[in-house]
Amino acid sequence: MTGFLLQRLLATIPVMAVVAVVVFLLLHLGPGDPAAVIAGDYATPEDIERIRDRLGLNEPLHVQFLTWIGQVLTGDLGISIFSNLPVAQLIAQRVEPTLALSIGTLILTVVVAVPLGVAAAWRAGGWLDRCLMGGAALAFAVPVFVIGYILIYVFAIKLSLLPVQGYRPLADGAVPFLRHLALPVVALSFVFIALIARVTRASVLEVLGEDYIRTARAKGVTTFRLLRRHALRPALVPVVTVIGIAFALLVGGVVVTESVFNIPGLGRLTVDSVLRRDYPVIQGLILVFSAAYVFTNLIVDLLYSVLDPRIRE
Amino acid sequence: MNAIRRNRSVQIGMALLALVVVTAVLAPPIAGMDPLRMTPEDRLTSPVAAHPFGTDMFGRDILARTLHGGRISLSVGLMVAAVALAAGLGIGLVAGYVRGVDRIVMRVMDGIMAIPGILLAIALIALSGATLTTVVVAIAVPEVPRVVRLVRSVVLAVREEPYVEAAVAAGARLPRLLVRHVLPNTLAPLIVQGSYVCASAMIVESILGFLGAGMPPEVPSWGNVMAEGRTFFQIAPWILFFPGAFLAVTVLSVNLLGDGLRDTLDPRLRGRFQ
Repeated sequence: MTGFLLQRLLATIPVMAVVAVVVFLLLHLGPGDPAAVIAGDYATPEDIERIRDRLGLNEPLHVQFLTWIGQVLTGDLGISIFSNLPVAQLIAQRVEPTLALSIGTLILTVVVAVPLGVAAAWRAGGWLDRCLMGGAALAFAVPVFVIGYILIYVFAIKLSLLPVQGYRPLADGAVPFLRHLALPVVALSFVFIALIARVTRASVLEVLGEDYIRTARAKGVTTFRLLRRHALRPALVPVVTVIGIAFALLVGGVVVTESVFNIPGLGRLTVDSVLRRDYPVIQGLILVFSAAYVFTNLIVDLLYSVLDPRIRE
Repeated sequence: MNAIRRNRSVQIGMALLALVVVTAVLAPPIAGMDPLRMTPEDRLTSPVAAHPFGTDMFGRDILARTLHGGRISLSVGLMVAAVALAAGLGIGLVAGYVRGVDRIVMRVMDGIMAIPGILLAIALIALSGATLTTVVVAIAVPEVPRVVRLVRSVVLAVREEPYVEAAVAAGARLPRLLVRHVLPNTLAPLIVQGSYVCASAMIVESILGFLGAGMPPEVPSWGNVMAEGRTFFQIAPWILFFPGAFLAVTVLSVNLLGDGLRDTLDPRLRGRFQ
């Protein structure tokens, strides 16, 4: 197990190295002078020179990269052009809402999607299965912000049950925290419930075709026990993998959902930074999100090997 | 071909898609109005006979904007699919055949996959300026690694086939080998993958437009029309809902088409896509 863990850890190094190079090169990929791009349309030559100097753009490319990567490795993500605050501090301030939204979505998705997928597989071809799979196809087709606005329209404006927008930190109490989080979490969960329910259904269907399930059924094991004890655990392996893959999708969803519901998290910070062309912040955010993706997939790999020990070989 | 035509998903997908394409192509006669014409006296009208989908804050007709938006969103979807497939096919063929290149290329692809696609796209657009070309390329780049992986896996499987080994033994050169034997095998999975890329590209375009980081704001793409509806959402929800519904139907139809093609073109492909 230690060997497996070490091997997986080492495998993340080249991936993060590529991410770092891509993030560094982003600024230099576009046409023209990057300092002019950041400065915007109304900049004076002095502004452009100041930005070029500040980002070290006068140095040769490899020197710029080595300086930058050295700072990143010591936890220094640079200084925001817009607010003059350290990027690491800006990101740290915005982590809580995004974590709350993501974890809430993960919990709601698993709690809803896994039982739905199992039920659909158990009665494959029946009305429940057809409705669920039809609903899943629809959930894939509607962008998250449209779902968000429909929810706001129905539950906040027409029924006045929940707040329209905004965020309350957990420190303000659990009830306002959850009330503000409810609609964004539900909106963001739609597509993931569709995804995970489909994968669970396919996976359970496959397991239900196995010989040992037939044996267990012949032995007189009850339906519920059969699904829970015999079918669910092997069926969860692909589900866990998909959760890892879905993380990249989740980041995109978080960015949009935070904009719809006016939540001051990392997603809003991303959009604001892009619109202000605050390049050091964009770089820092992409690095942090990518590292989180790689870390999530590391955890998924480990979970995977717990669920199915054959994978360690 | 008959199996494809008989497939339920393909039938429904084709019918819906044909409907959307017809309304997009025939946008001028159906809408009967210029999507850019402002009529300030009619601003924020709710759906009535003269404006079946209502108007926006400048009095522009939402029906006209939605139908013309279809032209843009469908083109973006198709172009992104073409660009991502072409790039992925080229890189994947080389990676699958040339061992030394394979390792490096796949590491780079792993790295790109680790960067959330929408972030990469908005960063690329922000730094190179929002035009049709940059939007298409920016949406296509994050899709490339998946296509490369798919093509590479087909190449690796095909090169073990006896008939390919026979061709090698008979002295077939690499380019001929790739074009004659490998390319036809990648076609079916690529068409399926292409339909999914097209569907997701239309969603991403709308998200980019919605965030204000997509097409130039004067272009009436579905994303941009919906973005303009944000501010007036509480008093004029139709600005957002009608383009949203068209987008949903379009994406649904392309996905259904993809599912149907996947199941009929090559049953072995089941489970290889999400």
